[in-house]
Amino acid sequence: MRSDASKLGFYLLLAPIVLWLLVLIILPHVGLFIVSISEKIGPRIYETGFGNYATFFGEPLYWRTFARTAIMSILATALTLILGFPIAYYIAKLTRGRTKTTLFLMCMIPFWVSELVRTFGWMILLRETGVISTTLQIIGVISGPIELLYNDAAIMVGLVYTSILFMVVPLVTTLDSLDDSLIEAGYDLGGTTTSILREIVIPHAMPGIVSGCIVVFMLSLGNYLTPILLGGKDSLWFTGMIYNQFITRFNWELGSALGFLLLALSSAIVFLGLKLSKQSLSNTMGRA
Amino acid sequence: MIPTIPQPRFTKWCYRAYVTAFFVYLALPLTVVCVFAFNDSVFPSPPWEGFTLAWFFGTEAPYIGVFHERSILRAIGTSAFVALWVSGLAVAVGTCNAFLFVRHEFRGKALLYMLMLLPLIIPGVILGISILVFSSAIANTLEDATGLWFDGLRPGLPLVILGQFSFITTFATLVITARLQKFDPSLEEAALNLGATKLGTIRQITLPFLMPAILASAVVSVLMSFENFNTTLMLVGSDSPLTITMFDKLKQGSTPVLNAVSLLLIVISAVLGLFSLFFPQSKS
Amino acid sequence: MPFFTSRGCILSDPTHDLVCSDLMKDFDGFRAVDHVSFEVPKGSFFSILGPSGCGKTTLLRMIAGFQSPTTGDLLIKGKSMIGVPPNKRPVSMVFQHLALFPTMSIGDNVGFGLRQRGVARADIARRVDEVLDRVGLPGVSTRRIDQLSGGQKQRVAIARCMILEPDVLLLDEPLGALDLKLREHMKVELKSLQAAFDTTFVYITHDQSEALVMSDNIAVMNQGRFEQVGAPHEVYHNPQTAFVAGFVGDANKIDAKVSAVNGTRLTLTSSAGTEMKVEETGSSLMVGQAVQVFLRPEAIELSKSKDGIEDELNVSRCTVNAVLFNGSNSSVMVRDKAGSLFSVALPQTGSLADLREGDEVFTCWRPQKARCYPAPEV
Repeated sequence: MRSDASKLGFYLLLAPIVLWLLVLIILPHVGLFIVSISEKIGPRIYETGFGNYATFFGEPLYWRTFARTAIMSILATALTLILGFPIAYYIAKLTRGRTKTTLFLMCMIPFWVSELVRTFGWMILLRETGVISTTLQIIGVISGPIELLYNDAAIMVGLVYTSILFMVVPLVTTLDSLDDSLIEAGYDLGGTTTSILREIVIPHAMPGIVSGCIVVFMLSLGNYLTPILLGGKDSLWFTGMIYNQFITRFNWELGSALGFLLLALSSAIVFLGLKLSKQSLSNTMGRA
Repeated sequence: MIPTIPQPRFTKWCYRAYVTAFFVYLALPLTVVCVFAFNDSVFPSPPWEGFTLAWFFGTEAPYIGVFHERSILRAIGTSAFVALWVSGLAVAVGTCNAFLFVRHEFRGKALLYMLMLLPLIIPGVILGISILVFSSAIANTLEDATGLWFDGLRPGLPLVILGQFSFITTFATLVITARLQKFDPSLEEAALNLGATKLGTIRQITLPFLMPAILASAVVSVLMSFENFNTTLMLVGSDSPLTITMFDKLKQGSTPVLNAVSLLLIVISAVLGLFSLFFPQSKS
Repeated sequence: MPFFTSRGCILSDPTHDLVCSDLMKDFDGFRAVDHVSFEVPKGSFFSILGPSGCGKTTLLRMIAGFQSPTTGDLLIKGKSMIGVPPNKRPVSMVFQHLALFPTMSIGDNVGFGLRQRGVARADIARRVDEVLDRVGLPGVSTRRIDQLSGGQKQRVAIARCMILEPDVLLLDEPLGALDLKLREHMKVELKSLQAAFDTTFVYITHDQSEALVMSDNIAVMNQGRFEQVGAPHEVYHNPQTAFVAGFVGDANKIDAKVSAVNGTRLTLTSSAGTEMKVEETGSSLMVGQAVQVFLRPEAIELSKSKDGIEDELNVSRCTVNAVLFNGSNSSVMVRDKAGSLFSVALPQTGSLADLREGDEVFTCWRPQKARCYPAPEV
C-alpha cells in the first residue's frame, strides 16, 4: 500500500515537468521543424521539402545576415571577455568583505532592469541630439552634432553592456575559488605577472570563461532589441529577419527555417564550447 | 596581482582607473534615463530645461505624466497580471521539480535534468516562434475539426504567460533545488519519528525551510517576466505588456514619459533584486 | 661583508644563510612581530614554534617577501632583502596547503620555476626527473596532482622548491593537514630530506613535537616576540620563561609564593598550602613574591611506600584519581592532600603497572627538576 502511495506521489511530481517540457519545449520545436520543411504551393496547400532552406542559401541577404550576426556575436563575446576579466579579477581577488559585496551588487543592479530601459539609456547618450554629442560640442571637440547611433559600433556597445554581467558573475565565482597561495607560490618560484596569469590564473578560470562565453554568445545571437534600437532599421540582425518573416511578411515557413538555423548555430556553439572545455551542460548552466 | 604581492604604484593606479571607468560605463545609461525623467522638455535629450515632476504627475498635454497616461497604466496592469501568473506557475512547477530531482531516483533522471536546462540555451525569439507555430497548428486543427474558435491558442496573454513560463521555470527549479539539496533529511525523519504524518512533515518542516528560496525565485520570476521582451514579442496579441508598449512608443519617438516609467522600473527592479539576494541569507 | 645585529655586535661570519635583525611588523594598531632578531646557520634546520596568532606566519611571509617589515632588516647570504619582490628572492616556500597547481601535471609543477627562468625545455625535463628521483618519486612527472597521496604531495611541493636550489627553504606548517600516522612518518622524512639537500630550512609550526624532532634550533615565539632560541634539548630541559616551560612539553603548573630564600634554595608555599623546595640558580626571586612552578610529569617519581626516599626530595601522599593508559606514554592523575591534581608519568614496567583508581601512593621529586618563574602580573 505504502509503496503504491509513494509511486503515486512520484508520478504526481513527474507530471508537471513532463507536461511543461513536452508541450512547451519539445513539441513546439518539432512543430517548428515540420513547418520549416513545408513549402507553400497554394492557399493552405503544402508540400514537404527543403525549399525554405534552399531559399536561405540562395538569397545572399539571408546568409550574409546570418554570418554577420554570428561574427558580430563572436566579436561581442571576445570584447566582453577582455573587458570583464579584469573587473571579475578585481572583485574576486583584490577586494574583501563589504567592498566586494558592494562592487558585486553594483554590477548586478543594471541587469535587473529591463533591457529596454538599458537600451533606451544608450539611445539618449548616443543619438545626434544626445548627451555625448552635446557634451562634445560644449567642450569644443566637435563643431556640429554627430550621430553616434545606428552603426555597428553602437550595436557592439549595447551588446557588451547587455551581456557583461553574464561574463563577470561566472568569472568572479571561479576566480574566487582560486587559492591566493597558488598565486603566491607562482611568485615565490620566480613567476612574473604575465606568466602567472597565463599558467595559473587563466587555466583555473577556464570553466568560468567557457560558461561566460557560451551565455554571452547566445544572448548576443538571440538579441533583438539592441540591434534594432541601436543599429536602426537596416541593422541586419538575424532575429530581426525572423521577426519580419513571421509578423510582417507572414511567411511562417521561411521564418521557421530561419529560426531553426539560428537554433542550430547556437546549439552547435554551445556543444563545441562544452566539448572543447570538457564541461557538461549541467555543470556550466546549473550554476547560473 | 593580490594584495600581498608588491606592485608598482603606476600599475595599481591604472587598474583602479580602469575599474572606475567600467563602473561609470555601467551606471551611465541608467543615470541619464533617470535624470531626463525630470527634464522640463518634450524630448529626453539635452539641453537641460529645468526640473519638473510633470512627467510623473502632469495632466495637460503634452505633459501627461505616467500616472495619468492610460496606455502605460494599462500596460503595467497587463504586465503585473502576466508576471503574477508566470511567477505562481513557475514556482509551483519548480518546487515539484526540486522534490523530483532531489528526492527521487529514476531511469532517465540525468536526461530529464538536461532537458530541464534546455530553455536556458534556446534563444528567446526561437522559444516564442516555436510556441506560436505549435499553438496555431493546434488551433487550426481544432477549428477545422469542430468549427469553433479557439482564441486562447492565438497570440494573446495566455500564450505570453505560457511562453514566459516555459523558460522562467528553469530558473525557479535551479534555485529551489539548490536549497532543497542543503536540507538535512534527518529533520524530516525526526518529525516522522515524533508522530507527524508525511504530508504534515513536508508542510511543517520542509516547506518552511524552502520558503526563502521559494520567495526569492518568485521575486526573480516576477522580475524576469516584467522585463522579458524577446519571447513576449512573438506571442503578444492586442493587450501588450509594459516592455512591448514602451518599445512601440520608443519606435514612434521618445518622450520623457518613457524616462519616468523607466525610473520607476529601475527603482522597483533594484529593490526586488536586492530583496531576492538578501532575503534567503537573512533566513539561513 | 660585515653586518650588525640588534645586539650591536659585528657578524662577519658568512656561515649564516639568514639573518633577521630587529624585525618589526605592525598591522593597523596591532604589532604582529615585535623586535625579532635571529641568525640561521648554513645548512641547519631552524624551527619557529608558537601558538596560532603568535606572529610566526607573518615572520615567515616577511622572509618570503609577501609582507614587508615595518622596521628592521632581513639578510639572506649577507644581502638585504628589503624591497626585493618575492619572485626575485633566493628563498622558496612550501605553503601550508602546499599550493600545488591543480591545472598542471606533476612535472609541470616541479618545472614551473625553471620555466620562469627561461631554462631550455630538455634541461628542465632532465632536472625535473632528477629532483623527483631525489625525493623518492621517480617517473611520476606526467601524472596529475590529485593522483598523489598526502605524503607524496609533500615531497612534490619540496621538489618544486628544491629544483631552484634556494638558499633558504621556508616551510609553513606543511604537515598540519596530514593525519597523525603520516605526520609522524613525514617528520623523519623531512629531516632526512633536509640533510640530503643540505639546504637551510626554516620551519614554522605550532606542534612542539614536530619542532623538537626535526630541528637543530628552535625559536619559541609568543605574542610577536621570541621567548627563547636554542637547541631542542635546551628548550625542553632548560626553558627560560614561564611561557616556554608551559608550551614546550607537558608540565604541571603550580601557583605558589616564595616563603624563604636560602642561597639558590627556595622554599615555596603553593596556593593550596603545600610546602615545597625548589633549586633555582641565578634567580632574583624574593620572599613574598608570587611564582609559577613547572614540573614535568616524568620528573615525578611514584612509590608505594615512603621508605628509602631521601629527605632532600619533595614528598607527598596522594590518591590515584585516574589511570590514563596510553602505552609507553601512560600517565596517572593523582590528588594530594590539599586537593591539587598532578599528572605523573607511569612507566609500564615494574611494580606500579597494577595501579588502580583510589590506591594510595607517594610522589617525590628533586628540587632541581622544577622550574620556577615570577608569576605574570595580572
